Parts: sequence; C-alpha cells; structure tokens
Amino acid sequence: MSTLPTTQASPAPAKTEAPPEEWSDRVALSTIDESMRVPGIFFVVSGGVWLLIGTALAIVASFKLHNPEFLGNIEALTFGRARSAHLNAMTYGWGNNALFAVALWIMSRLCRAPVRYHYILITAGVMWNLGVTIGIWGILFGDLTSVEWLEMPTYVTPLLALSYALVGVWGILAFHFRKGDHVYVSQWYILAALFWFPWLYTVAQMMIFFTPARGTVQAITNWWFAHNVLGLWYTPVGLAAAYYLIPKILGKPIHSYYLSILGFWSLALFYNWAGVHHLIGGPIPLWLQAAGTVGSIGMVIPVIVVAVNHHLTARGSFRAVWNSPTLRFVVFGAMSYTLTSLIGSAMAVPDVNEVTHFTHFTVAHAHHGVYAFFTMVMFGAIYFMLPRLLNREWPSATLIRIHFWACALGIGIYVVGLSIGGWMQGLMMNNPDIPFLDIVQAMIPWLLSRSFAGILLTVGHLAFFANLIWMIAGPRSTVPKTSLGRERVPA
Amino acid sequence: MKNLPLLFLGIFFTLAFSWSGLILSSEIQYGKLVPTTSTLNAEGEPEEGGELFPAASAGIALQGKEVYQNQGCMYCHSQQVRPKGYGADFERGWGPRQTVPRDYILEDRVLLGTMRTGPDLANVGGRALSADWHHQHLYNPQITSPGSVMPPFRYLYRMQEIDPEGPSPDAVSIPADFPYAPPPGYEVVPTDEAKALVAYLLSLRIDYELPEAKFSQ
Ligand code: HEC
Repeated sequence: MSTLPTTQASPAPAKTEAPPEEWSDRVALSTIDESMRVPGIFFVVSGGVWLLIGTALAIVASFKLHNPEFLGNIEALTFGRARSAHLNAMTYGWGNNALFAVALWIMSRLCRAPVRYHYILITAGVMWNLGVTIGIWGILFGDLTSVEWLEMPTYVTPLLALSYALVGVWGILAFHFRKGDHVYVSQWYILAALFWFPWLYTVAQMMIFFTPARGTVQAITNWWFAHNVLGLWYTPVGLAAAYYLIPKILGKPIHSYYLSILGFWSLALFYNWAGVHHLIGGPIPLWLQAAGTVGSIGMVIPVIVVAVNHHLTARGSFRAVWNSPTLRFVVFGAMSYTLTSLIGSAMAVPDVNEVTHFTHFTVAHAHHGVYAFFTMVMFGAIYFMLPRLLNREWPSATLIRIHFWACALGIGIYVVGLSIGGWMQGLMMNNPDIPFLDIVQAMIPWLLSRSFAGILLTVGHLAFFANLIWMIAGPRSTVPKTSLGRERVPA
Repeated sequence: MKNLPLLFLGIFFTLAFSWSGLILSSEIQYGKLVPTTSTLNAEGEPEEGGELFPAASAGIALQGKEVYQNQGCMYCHSQQVRPKGYGADFERGWGPRQTVPRDYILEDRVLLGTMRTGPDLANVGGRALSADWHHQHLYNPQITSPGSVMPPFRYLYRMQEIDPEGPSPDAVSIPADFPYAPPPGYEVVPTDEAKALVAYLLSLRIDYELPEAKFSQ
C-alpha cells in the first residue's frame, strides 16, 4: 500500500492506490529519467520511423484493395506482401519499440531503479530493429511465411529472440532492484507481459516452424499466439500506462485497489483462451471452439472492471482530461479498449461469428484494438514521457492537436466504415443467391472510406514525427514554451 | 500487491493453463491422426487394401504451394469449408462437405486463412476451371472476372517473340482487347513459378469422404 500524495484533499478510502511516488521523490525520479534518456529516445525514434514505413505500406495495401492495378506490376508490393510488411512494421517495429520505451520507463520509475548499463539495452534495441528490417525485407522479396502475425522469415527468429531477451531482462532487473515493498498495478501488468511474450513467441515459432505440429494444431497455436500478442503483450502494457498516467496526471489515486486486482487476474485467466475464436466453424474439435467462445465472453469481466475503475478515477476531472494532451490520447485509448473488447466478445458468439468471420469486420476490429486502444495510449504516454526524459517541452502544441484530431477521426472512420462494410459482406456471403463478384463490388465504397481514413492517419503520424524530431533536434530549454504541451503535474 | 510468489505463480500458471488446455490437449487428442479409408470395417479399422485419404501432394504442387505462400494469396483466400448450415460455404459450391482436422495432417504448413476477399479455395481443383483459365486469371483477373479486386500476377509470366517454328505449347490465350495483351508476333508464357502455382491450385480438392466427414455434411 503506497503513501498517498500529501496534497491529496479527499479522504483516502481504506484501500486505494496511486502510483507509489511521492512528490518529494522528484529528485529520484529525475535520476531515473536521466538514465532512460538515451534508450527512451532511441526506442521512440525507431518506433516513429517504423510508424511511417508501416503507414506507407498500409496506404499501398489499402489502395490496392479497390484499385488492383495500382503498382500492380511490382512483385514486392503485391497485396499479400504489402499488407504483411505493413502488419509486421507496425507490430514489431512501431508497437514493440514504443512498448519497450514506455514499459521500461514506467517500470524503472515505479521501482525507483535507474537503468544501468544502458549501452547494452541500446545494443539490444539496435539488434531488434535490425532483425525487423531483415524480416520485412524478407517478406517483400520472397520469404513471406503466410502464417498470420508471424510473417517474417525464420532466419530472423534467433536474432529477434535474443535481442528481445536482452531488452526484456531490463524490465525484470528494474523490478529486482526495486525500492519499497509495494508493487503497483502497472508493475504487475508489465512484469506479466515481459514474461508472457517470449513464451508465446518461442512456443509459436517451435510448433509452427521448427518442429511443426501436425495439421490444424498449427492453426490453434497460431491463433493462441496471435490473439495473445494483443491480449497478453500490448493490452497489459497499454493498461499499465493508463493505470500509471491517469492517476498521476489527475493527481488522485486509482479508484479501487480491489477492482485493479480483479481486472488483472480475470484478464490473465480469460484472454489466454480467447484466440481460438478465430477458428470457429473451422476444422478443429468443437470443444475447442467452445473454449474460445467462453474465454472471449469471460473477457467482459476484466474489461468492465477496468473501465469502471478508470471512469471512477477520472470522474469529476473531465476538464483536466481534456486539457492534458497525454490524457486525451490515453482516455481515447481506454474508451476504445472497452468498446473493442465488448465487440470482440460478441464476435465470439457463434451466431455473430457466422457473419463476421472471414470479412473486413475482423480487420476493423483488429485496428480498433491495436490502433484505437494500444497505439493511442502509446502516443499519450510518449507525450508525457519525452519532456521528462529530455527536460524540454514539445515544440508545437498545434502539431499535437493535428495529431490527435487526424488520428481520432481517421481511426473512427476506419472502424465504422469497415465494420459496416464487413457486416454487409458477411450477410451477402451467407446468402448463396448473391454472386461472389457482386459482393466484391459492394465492398468498394467501404474500402475507399478506409483509404480516406488512412490518409487522415498519415497526416496525424507526420505531425507526430515532425514534432518528435523538432523536439529532439531543437535547442535545449527548461522553460515551457507552450501551455498545451505542458502537463498539469500536481506539485 | 505484496504477495509476490502469488503474482509469479499466477503469471506462470495462467499461460501454462491455456497452453495445455488448447494446444497440448489438441496435440494429444488428434496430433497423431493418420490417413485412413473412406469407410471403416466392422471393427472400426481402415478397410484392408483400401485407398487412404488424404493423399500426399505431388512435387510440383508443393513447389506451387511455396509460390502461394510467398505471394500471400492466403490473405484473401481461405482453405476451409464450414459445416453445412453454418454460413453458406456448401451452397456456394466451395466444397462437397465440411473440412475436418484429418484433411490437413499431411501439410507441413496449414493455410486455413481467415479472410474471404476472394472465394474459399479448399476445393478449387474440383471446380471446372482449366489450367488456361487459371493462367488468364492470374495474368489479368479482369479477363475472367470483370470487376475483381484480385491483384494481377503478371510478373509470373513472360512475354516472348513467337518462334517461327510455331507458338509455345504453354502460351496463354490473352484476348487482344485487354491491357498487357501481347502485341502481334508475341505470346505470353508462364514461368516455372506460375506453372507450379496452377498445379497447386488444381491439386486442391476435397473429392473423398472420411469416416468422420461424409459428403453433404
Ligand atoms: C486482394 C485479394 C486477393 C489476393 C491477394 C488473391 N486473390 Fe484470388 N481472388 C480474389 C477475388 C476478389 C476473387 C473473386 C473474383 C475473381 O475470380 O477474380 C478471386 C478469385 C480467385 C480464384 C477463382 C476462384 C473461383 O472459384 O472462382 C482463384 C483460383 C484465385 N483467386 C487464386 C488466387 C491465387 C493463386 C492468389 C495468389 C497468387 C490469389 N488468388 C490472390 C482476391 C484475391
């Protein structure tokens, strides 16, 4: 149980908690921030570069789906390769780099353990990015594996596994050297994620590529992995960041300690099983499909619990949420998490799945989770973290505003458009009287809306990246230049 | 939370639990399935001397499967037929019966797919589509399927001058009024990759019954 900030006006309920940092800890925090400066910037900038590469590939893939002749003679950019390179650039390039920065930073702050020997961490980061580069090159030039979420050729597996191990161990070391005996909810989530990801990755690589399991056991392994990358890797870290940033910026403790515990354990228990819902109706035993459905519906518990806990924490402070650029992104992300998870649970019901399976609805849903939730939370966390690592403000409040609105609108249009389109696609496909080519044609307007959304997202990402480079390259100053870029830190 | 051993055990066991529940138990339940005959004898054993299904694919089809994989066809085409009454896979003619785990046991990479931007291909070799149809379609999908969004795979073909002794037996008939049609005196021929890919497509068929999956199920 942490000590609450002494400035806290409201009487603290018996069991609440805040990130266990006292404001008198400022000095300690600034040493930690100092120690994360170089690795933090390295990971964020690498992530930013991948974000732009991934966005370019996304635009190519999206345009091809309504204009198949667009760049049609370039083998490296054929739809199957471009979309796979996009997915991997976003997941292992942008997602993992951003996650490494944010998770390690939050972990070392909460543990009050500065990052030691950061050159090893950076070497590991360089190796990771090298691995992703070779992997994506491989996808584009002929070694695409056609295993979803594991498209990179197996010759990069050892490099990725090794560099991951070196990065992940830093979080665990920070935890090992922590001060204070209370462990905050964000720490549980990050610790769990750092442990789950390598396990998922190794098992999937072994059972699909190196010593392939027979028949559709591969497919089960594949979806156990792919769904858990989101559920047990991105989600815990996204939630850890939300649990850290919301109370910190609002200057009040998390509403309920018990709800955080319930949310954590129910997520750990149910999310694990949900992946097989991608195989409903497929050539796997029925009881497995039922397990997937039960796991997915069970996800309602952690999702509602987290939503209630966050909502009750933010209650009464909505203006502060709106005024903080960090919280704008984080709360957008947290709300998307609730919505996309509930939709996901519904999609696992066989009657709904009969329509949504094999359609663009699933694509919309995937972006709802990985983008509207995870990526938005990472943006928010980066807006909070970098000024502290660099001791300077974001140079342009306008660029932050452009970033937020372009991305919020973009992903909104994306998800709504493709969900409607995908639902229609499913209904039409289940009606055998409709010729297949009519379905293909009926999808075009919705695919166009997705390309339009993609352009908005591109604008947002460019604004983010420009601000990022401007901030790092600009002159050092400790005087806040903008009011929007500055977080309301309770003092 | 202060109870760290509980935290560590919990982190470990939740994942171990789903891994054993989903993966290990399927491996135990059907990871050792073997080919069998369409019907079983009175003892529930495969018929002696009967033909075993599924049958292994031929070499060229396996090469074609590599092309299918590295071109990413799977991101628009599934290879699984859902049971009759669940979706309209059967009514659309995508297969004479649902596919079951045993259908996939000889494949070293299972390409079930989760997207149907294009039709399911589990039984595409069983449809009346000739090799020439496939070549035309891959060269320019608009020839066979106007309005399709399937990408052209023209780079798997070569345009060459027609030999004075006569056209190549492999030449693909491309109607003259389509873009990328060969000019007079030229012909379009498939590369080895395209030939292997079409051999693979033609090898995809569900034309046998299994004890656990009869036609029309
Ligand atoms: C962008 C999505 C997309 C990709 C990638 C794609 N296809 Fe298609 N495919 C379609 C669509 C849409 C149709 C239906 C219209 C048509 O016949 O072209 C189709 C139809 C087909 C058909 C005809 C099936 C039938 O029963 O009529 C075959 C065969 C086929 N594709 C093979 C392939 C192969 C082989 C590849 C990879 C080299 C591939 N497709 C890649 C979208 C795609």
